[in-house]
Amino acid sequence: MATFKLEIVTAERMIFSGDVSEIVAWGTEGQMGILPHHVPLMTILRPGDLLIKKGEEEQYMAISGGFLEVGLDKVVILADACERAGEIDIERAEAARRQAEKTLKTSPSKTATAAAEIALRRSLVRLKVARKKPHR
Amino acid sequence: MANSQIVRRRIHSIRNAARICKATEMIATARMKRAQAQATAGRPYADKIRQVVSDLALQPGDNGDIHPLLQRRDATKIAIIHITTDHGLCGGLNANQNHLVASSILEQSVPVTLIVIGRKGKGFARTTRRDTYAVFTGISDSPRLQETLPISRAIINGYSKGDFDLVYLVYPRFTSTIKQTPVMEILLPVKPPPSPTPQAREYLYEPLPDVVLAELLPRFVEMQIYHAILELKACEQSARMVAMRDASDNAHELTQSLTMTLHRLRQENITREICDISGGAESGGSDELYEGR
Repeated sequence: MATFKLEIVTAERMIFSGDVSEIVAWGTEGQMGILPHHVPLMTILRPGDLLIKKGEEEQYMAISGGFLEVGLDKVVILADACERAGEIDIERAEAARRQAEKTLKTSPSKTATAAAEIALRRSLVRLKVARKKPHR
Repeated sequence: MANSQIVRRRIHSIRNAARICKATEMIATARMKRAQAQATAGRPYADKIRQVVSDLALQPGDNGDIHPLLQRRDATKIAIIHITTDHGLCGGLNANQNHLVASSILEQSVPVTLIVIGRKGKGFARTTRRDTYAVFTGISDSPRLQETLPISRAIINGYSKGDFDLVYLVYPRFTSTIKQTPVMEILLPVKPPPSPTPQAREYLYEPLPDVVLAELLPRFVEMQIYHAILELKACEQSARMVAMRDASDNAHELTQSLTMTLHRLRQENITREICDISGGAESGGSDELYEGR
């Protein structure tokens, strides 16, 4: 089984480091999968779920934006924030979703609406990932 | 007698102070380990983003536009980000920072405004009557990136609006537990770090390189500010630990010498009393005293 090295880092700490066989992430142009020997690539990540596969083993993470770099020998994800499925506080994510929806409805200004949209997307991603059963 | 009373009181108060110093030292030691771990935990991200920025800077721009954060402007107004602690009892840490800022303000030929982080720097700006652009206080001991974002945003916005044309970042760098060096770096405009691998790697950029760079640069600035604050926290705790250790050692020495003085006084008193008694006995011939024994 061909694998490649994946590192997920945030400004605060290293979240993940290990060999994986496939990842699926949300790029600017939509969902994309990365397999071993991908051409060197640098892209912006949108808030979304990230699927990490190692053979049959699957693991989900929630990423709230960042960058993905495919190098010659390894893939690095520079995440703004990243949580493993097990780490997500469902209640907090739910509260954040309600807050964002409320702001969207009342929407005092354009920038507030845009910020609320991003917040909504982030909380939805968290909820989605949290409800997927972590395969470990 | 009154004299030894005073000495006793001093010993007592010094012992109390020593206890507080010891406790503060132990707290600082524990927090220092955490702060150091936090400062090192973010290093992979810092290294990576630095490398990507330097790689991207080598890419030729499509339309010759330079990103505002990279553009060099003639400096008509300079901002200095002055990072200090909120609390004292950390030796000369804040004094060193203040000194560096004060001397670098004198070197500039254009007006300087301060962006102050920490209560100690706020006091410095007020007493020296410096022009301040913004003041941020109350950052927690192990700050999250989230906490520092308002600071970074205010600085990036101010720079983009043209409130200042050059931004320096002044913070203490953690060299070792006993040594913190104040450093001064240019934060804005962003100077892409020299690429460790000179050959520009052939990357596929999605979307265009300038778009990626435009997204990346604010994060690069945010990361630098965040790291400066983490360095400060590590420095603060280690400086406090060292200062408090010195203080409790000092208190120990003081109590020892005061205890000596106390004993000397006490013995002197006893000697004097014995002299008085025996002197009295000899001159007065008061037999009662002997009988009394």
